[in-house]
Amino acid sequence: MSMLAAATSTPIHVPRVEWVAILPELILVGAALVLLTASGLRRARLPRGVHMIATIAAAGGALGAAWYLWAQVSDGKARDAVAGAVVVDGFSVFFMILVSCAVVLGALLADDYLRREDLDGPEFYALMMLSASGAMFMAAANDLIVLFLGLELLSISLYVMAGLHLRRSESQEAAMKYFLLGAFSSAFFLYGIALVYGATGSTALPAIADFLRTNVLVSNGLLVGGLGFLLVGLGFKVAAVPFHMWTPDVYQGAPTPVTGFMAAAAKAAGFAGLLRVLFSTFITYRLDWQPVVWALAVATLVLGSVVALVQTDVKRMLAYSSIAHAGYVLVGVEVATSRGTAGALFYLLAYTFMVLGSFGVVTVVGRRGDAAHDLDTYRGLASRRPALALAFTIFLLAQAGVPPSTGFLAKFYVIGAAVEARAYALAIIAMVAAVVAAFFYLRVIVVMYMTASEEAESPRLRVPVGVTVALAATLGFTLVFGIVPGTVFDFARHATVLRF
Amino acid sequence: MVPGSWFLGLAAILFTIGAVGLLVRRNVLVMFMCVELMLNAVNLTFVTFARMLDDIGGQVVVFFVLVVAAAEVVVGLGIIVAIFRRRHDATADDVFALRG
Repeated sequence: MSMLAAATSTPIHVPRVEWVAILPELILVGAALVLLTASGLRRARLPRGVHMIATIAAAGGALGAAWYLWAQVSDGKARDAVAGAVVVDGFSVFFMILVSCAVVLGALLADDYLRREDLDGPEFYALMMLSASGAMFMAAANDLIVLFLGLELLSISLYVMAGLHLRRSESQEAAMKYFLLGAFSSAFFLYGIALVYGATGSTALPAIADFLRTNVLVSNGLLVGGLGFLLVGLGFKVAAVPFHMWTPDVYQGAPTPVTGFMAAAAKAAGFAGLLRVLFSTFITYRLDWQPVVWALAVATLVLGSVVALVQTDVKRMLAYSSIAHAGYVLVGVEVATSRGTAGALFYLLAYTFMVLGSFGVVTVVGRRGDAAHDLDTYRGLASRRPALALAFTIFLLAQAGVPPSTGFLAKFYVIGAAVEARAYALAIIAMVAAVVAAFFYLRVIVVMYMTASEEAESPRLRVPVGVTVALAATLGFTLVFGIVPGTVFDFARHATVLRF
Repeated sequence: MVPGSWFLGLAAILFTIGAVGLLVRRNVLVMFMCVELMLNAVNLTFVTFARMLDDIGGQVVVFFVLVVAAAEVVVGLGIIVAIFRRRHDATADDVFALRG
């Protein structure tokens, strides 16, 4: 009786939840659940294209909600929400917008692909929206546990998406490799959280930052070890060397639209987590992590660019190129200035559009069965489908860093930031890697334009409407903002306002 | 009274066993169990720190980790079953055909 009295006299403190702060995530999760339930309840199949349209509508809603949030935070204001679990600032809203764009483009690429491969259904779209909400939670995380939950939501959905093509054993192999290595890296990440928690007494990022500012640890082995494990976990997600082993196999084996979405969203989310942890929390330990990030960046740039040279499978080559791109973003991270961060964010946004465009072309050329990805299938593409070959050429040149394109400016901004921060060695290595990388991008272009196709094509490659729209959008972004980058770069610059 | 550092040491040993096991074993189910061992080592670390710091946060984290591990089991076993259906074994060396 006395216990009951005690229980009633202490009211349970219910935190105030600001739903608006997590509206983009809620829209995507809600749409995913509605989509799954609706197609589960209906006996007949939904008319074709409905899943895609619903997904694009949901992503558009998330984009609108993110835009609304942007208006509140673009002048550098940041606020906690949901009892300090998430933070709404320019940085998190930037990634919400980026991921929403990736969802729209991913849905456009997937629509015809799924019908072509007899995989049509709500699963792909629902999983894509769930993983996108995980990516957004990672960017908005204000607590290491929220970061971990976002990471898992992103990853677990992607494991299933990688294995979605039931009749290709490569797809299932990709799912299994991604799953085993992803779970392995998650365990490291989690152990890192545990060690940081033990060293600082909290998992909330602001509390850790406060602790590190006000205390000088006599023996900081626990903390540095924890930070190291966090870097390992996030390094896996962004495919930084030496944690890149899964990337070529998973990129090659996964269904091509999934590869495109994964390359864009998972990399961006991994870097969102990395930037948030390093800059808003461990900035006082900059001298400890900068050399590590330096080594990661150099290894990633060199290995990604060099190994891509010997690939004969285009998807695999693009996988190594995505590793190399992670190296450039790491250059922006390493310099640890606001200019470097702005460059890294601009790079991630530019890469999202370039890579989804590239994989859009690969989706079409892959044909039914999703197996024709050898470099030989691109022979004489320019004479068969000139527009498609031209689009692929522009994406490859943009990835190689040829002006006028967002790809060139992205490299220019991160390397410029490195020079400004007097990281000359890093800047030189990045430029040499860009020269090496140009070779394998040009090789594909040469194959498309300079060689004739051996036999007459049968049947002619069909470019579906959805892919056409996606290619037009990505091409437009890559070229227009490659010439007038002001708006997008300002956007990235305002998004670097992390809370220190 | 067993000091907290013993538990931390035990957790570190379990984590190492899991990590090494995942790298050296070739049976996918055993590799999968090694991941679970690593996650549970982390749970032990969290609980020990929660006790040492006298903070409830670390114990709450364990619940989140358990939920995530359960979700991972569902998806992981689903993928393994899908592979079993196509070929009646699950040795990593046989399944792994993508190279380059």
